[in-house]
Amino acid sequence: MINYITRRLIILPFIVFGVTILVFGMLMMLSPYQRLSTYVSDPKQVKGQNMDAMVEKHGLNDPFYQQYGRWIKGIMKGDFGWSESAGQPVSEAIMSRFPATLELVLFAIVPVVLGGIWLGVFSAVKHNQAWDHIIRVLATVGWSFPTFVFALLMLMIFYGVLGWLPPGRLTQAAAEVVRSAEFVRYTGLNVVDAILNGNFYILWDSIRHIIAPIITLSVIRWAYILRITRSSMLETLGKDYIRTARSKGVEESVVVNKHARRNALIPVVTVAGPMILAMLGGVVLTETIFNYRGIGQFAAQAAQQLDYAAILGVAMYFSFLLILTNLIVDVSYAVIDPRIRLE
Amino acid sequence: MTWKELLKRLFTNKLSVFGFAIILIFAIVAIAAPWIAPPADPDDPYLIPRRGWQTRPTAPSEDALFGTTEGSYDIFYGMVWGTRTAFRIGLTVVFFGSLLGVSIGTIAAFYGGKVDEILMRVTDVFMSIPFLVAAMVLTTILGRGLGNVMIALITFGWMGTARLTRSQVLEIKNEEFVQAAEALGANDFRIILRHVLINSIYPVLIQGCMRIGSMVITASALSFLGVGAPEGYADWGQMISFARNWIVGTSGNPLEFWYTIVFPGTAILFFSLSWNLIGDAFRDILDPKLQ
Repeated sequence: MINYITRRLIILPFIVFGVTILVFGMLMMLSPYQRLSTYVSDPKQVKGQNMDAMVEKHGLNDPFYQQYGRWIKGIMKGDFGWSESAGQPVSEAIMSRFPATLELVLFAIVPVVLGGIWLGVFSAVKHNQAWDHIIRVLATVGWSFPTFVFALLMLMIFYGVLGWLPPGRLTQAAAEVVRSAEFVRYTGLNVVDAILNGNFYILWDSIRHIIAPIITLSVIRWAYILRITRSSMLETLGKDYIRTARSKGVEESVVVNKHARRNALIPVVTVAGPMILAMLGGVVLTETIFNYRGIGQFAAQAAQQLDYAAILGVAMYFSFLLILTNLIVDVSYAVIDPRIRLE
Repeated sequence: MTWKELLKRLFTNKLSVFGFAIILIFAIVAIAAPWIAPPADPDDPYLIPRRGWQTRPTAPSEDALFGTTEGSYDIFYGMVWGTRTAFRIGLTVVFFGSLLGVSIGTIAAFYGGKVDEILMRVTDVFMSIPFLVAAMVLTTILGRGLGNVMIALITFGWMGTARLTRSQVLEIKNEEFVQAAEALGANDFRIILRHVLINSIYPVLIQGCMRIGSMVITASALSFLGVGAPEGYADWGQMISFARNWIVGTSGNPLEFWYTIVFPGTAILFFSLSWNLIGDAFRDILDPKLQ
């Protein structure tokens, strides 16, 4: 197992290096004038200046490797340039929106994973019965549903018609309470902070705002986890040791819940990691539609306004998160499944 | 399993027949577009005609069958020609993406060692940026337009195929018939094409089928975010972005503008659903473990 983890750790820097090259390569497709914003940390540095002189000063006509060297130095210091659309440095803009996105993804993971596994096991146990068919059809439809259409329909019904789940992150009044001095921001996650402050008004308001985005993020991934669990469960239920357990007279519920499900969940763990990460992409659409002020909404806005420094910054930031989470998932996979360690 | 058997079983599976039927309808609409919705300007048929100059959507009428959306764009026209756009994006992106993925996966698995290591790490790198974000960044940098959307989707859409192909080829390449071909002196190219690929292509086909739907969804998402197709271009995603401002309707009538979202939304849903159904049926037939 040490070998396996060491190998992962050795590869890690190469992947990070590769990602920076990839992002920098995309940056280099722009003209030197468009690239300038990535190197400036304050617009005052540019105002009234001769653009050609600025391009010369930052060496934007130099060979690829020299420019990469300078660029990566800035990145390592956490300097992603100036975001025109946010009116602040890219790294600050990302950090200020990070808790909102984290809250959304964290709360979405639990229903996705637990709900998906439960439905998958249920579907496999009821194999080829009515429930199995119904769940499979729903899963295929859910899997095919475009996130943004689903989100708009949610908004139409639960906000437009029923008025239950408003867009945004907090209502005006609640946002003022959160900004005030009495409300301590421990984590930046509204729901958690509200509980820690014992403020039920904020708690209710933030939950009301976050439900629709969570459901939107969950639906597609539910279908995905469900399918993986179902097929893995069916495969496991056909194994010899299950037949042995049954013939010994072990109760069916114990066979399903203990013998089969534990083993069937191993492949689910491998896809759960990448799937949670794919959520980071889904966040862009979900946040945009529900006007939820997080990193995804920031990225979409930046893209519309051709704010190159910002979108490249978000891409870098997301990929670092992704690489880190992948590592954690791989290691925990090795802990769960002994067969991996031996390879 | 022979091709004939496969086709026979595909057409006895109810769900896949349903999938095929929907695709067929979409295909007929796409082919017959010039007759169903005659373009005002035959040189530029993808430009959606405007039925007026007001921003507010108008309900379905004889003049505009499915109504008009924001900017008085004709919804029916946009949907009919948008079908062509969807086929173009789906088929082009999946074809070139799979070609790239299959080539890289096969080379990695067949030659192994350092080649494998390098190619797979490159694959990891491309997978390290969330797909939608990566496609969005590249389209933004290349500029709006359908061609650029397709380039971005191909650039970041080959890795799944590469990994799948690699694992398939790894299984096949040690089979006796491959060794036999080697012993007979066949060159690498011939072995890969005639013996290895032909025996590992089914899962790749299944995946390709399902990706046609998801690629069209991603392309529409880019248009929806305002970085995809240019304004007024017949594209389902864009039609939905037009609907965005009208989604809550007016006070007293929250569903007033339902047609702006329901028609184009249904089109995207059914398009991707039908490809997924066909892919699903394919998989059920080829993977007996799941039956």
